[in-house]
Amino acid sequence: MKTLNRRDFSVAVAAAILLPITTARADDNAMEVHIDNFVFQPAELKIKIGTTVTWTNRDDIPHTVVSAGKFRSKALDTDDKFTFTFTDAGDYKYFCSLHPHMTGMIKVE
Amino acid sequence: MSGHDHGDDGVSRRKVLECMTWAGTGVLWTITGGVPRSLGIIDSAEAATAAAPGMTFLQISDSHVGFDKPANPNALGTLEEAVNKINAMPTKPSFMIHTGDITHLSKASEFDNADRIISQSKLDVHYVPGEHDFLDEEVKFYRDRYGRGTKGAGWYSFDAGGVHFVGLVNVVDLKAGGLGNLGTEQLAWLEDDLRGKSKSTPIVLFAHIPLWTVYPEWGWGTEDGGRALEYVKGFGSVTVLNGHIHQVMQKVEGNVTFHTARSTAFPQPAPGAAPSPGPMKVEDAKLRSMLGVASINFKQNEQRLAIIDTPLQG
Repeated sequence: MKTLNRRDFSVAVAAAILLPITTARADDNAMEVHIDNFVFQPAELKIKIGTTVTWTNRDDIPHTVVSAGKFRSKALDTDDKFTFTFTDAGDYKYFCSLHPHMTGMIKVE
Repeated sequence: MSGHDHGDDGVSRRKVLECMTWAGTGVLWTITGGVPRSLGIIDSAEAATAAAPGMTFLQISDSHVGFDKPANPNALGTLEEAVNKINAMPTKPSFMIHTGDITHLSKASEFDNADRIISQSKLDVHYVPGEHDFLDEEVKFYRDRYGRGTKGAGWYSFDAGGVHFVGLVNVVDLKAGGLGNLGTEQLAWLEDDLRGKSKSTPIVLFAHIPLWTVYPEWGWGTEDGGRALEYVKGFGSVTVLNGHIHQVMQKVEGNVTFHTARSTAFPQPAPGAAPSPGPMKVEDAKLRSMLGVASINFKQNEQRLAIIDTPLQG
């Protein structure tokens, strides 16, 4: 729809470089989700039971990470982190309670 | 975008209006941008600049006290500039409304600083909360300060100068994937609040997030805002004032005028014009032309309230 500007392009390149590294870390029982431009990245994450996921807010606006009845972060200011360890299998839909159009999913198996 | 021309004002208005239109949900919206004195509802806008008869009140919004990121490292400073601007206005306004996001992170110190600056206007201020005002652990700082005498999460109504004002809260209990939310309890209260009011009573609804759908992709709208608008359908004059999107946007639909005010803290991009609605960094020289306040004038027997958006500079 739009041509990538230079910043988007470098983000895309950076993501392409980082992707194999994050994937490789799946066995480390630690995974990361970044919040950039009001988007959870990756939007969907498949993990094994016992994995700890860390969300980092890289926006200039606070966000939250909320999964109804499962977990709820406080408001995360810029560069603040929230971690949660998944001990039960299942699909965990979550969203930002301040900007509810921001949604994500953690699949635990 | 229609209105009468008023001599010189008409020419300069045409010159400065930079209208950008795009199709939303089958409606054409209009934005005014880069306007030294952006005109709100044009019919009698200039009337309010002089010592206008009738009642004038002010709207400030999105002061985000505590924000210190590159888009504006000193949001408290620009709030103070806005208050100075208000204090210098030729007609002293009757009161002020603040349409939310008083603070950036709901810290007690941020609320204190906001109050210290805003109180320098020596005006009564009627607040509604933004999502940034409910971030403290116990969600009590806003309510302790501004919630007295309000219902639910902070909604209320009052009358001034023959106009019925309703402050609504659409920033709590937001649902995943959704937009702003009023909820059934508040809607039932609104319906009841308006019951028995003469249809000739001018109504002003104000809330943080736009009650109309501006851009759902960025959450700029209110899920059940349409139901609130149903309740005001029969009234001859309805004005809906919002903030949240940090830019002036307006729409007139029948008897209803929708208007959003600038922030006093930082601008946000036009819908879809950036990867996200986050704070927009502009050249330092341009910042103050994108921040500001709105003044609203009501004259008896005029259907529309006149809205003038005044930037901090330019």
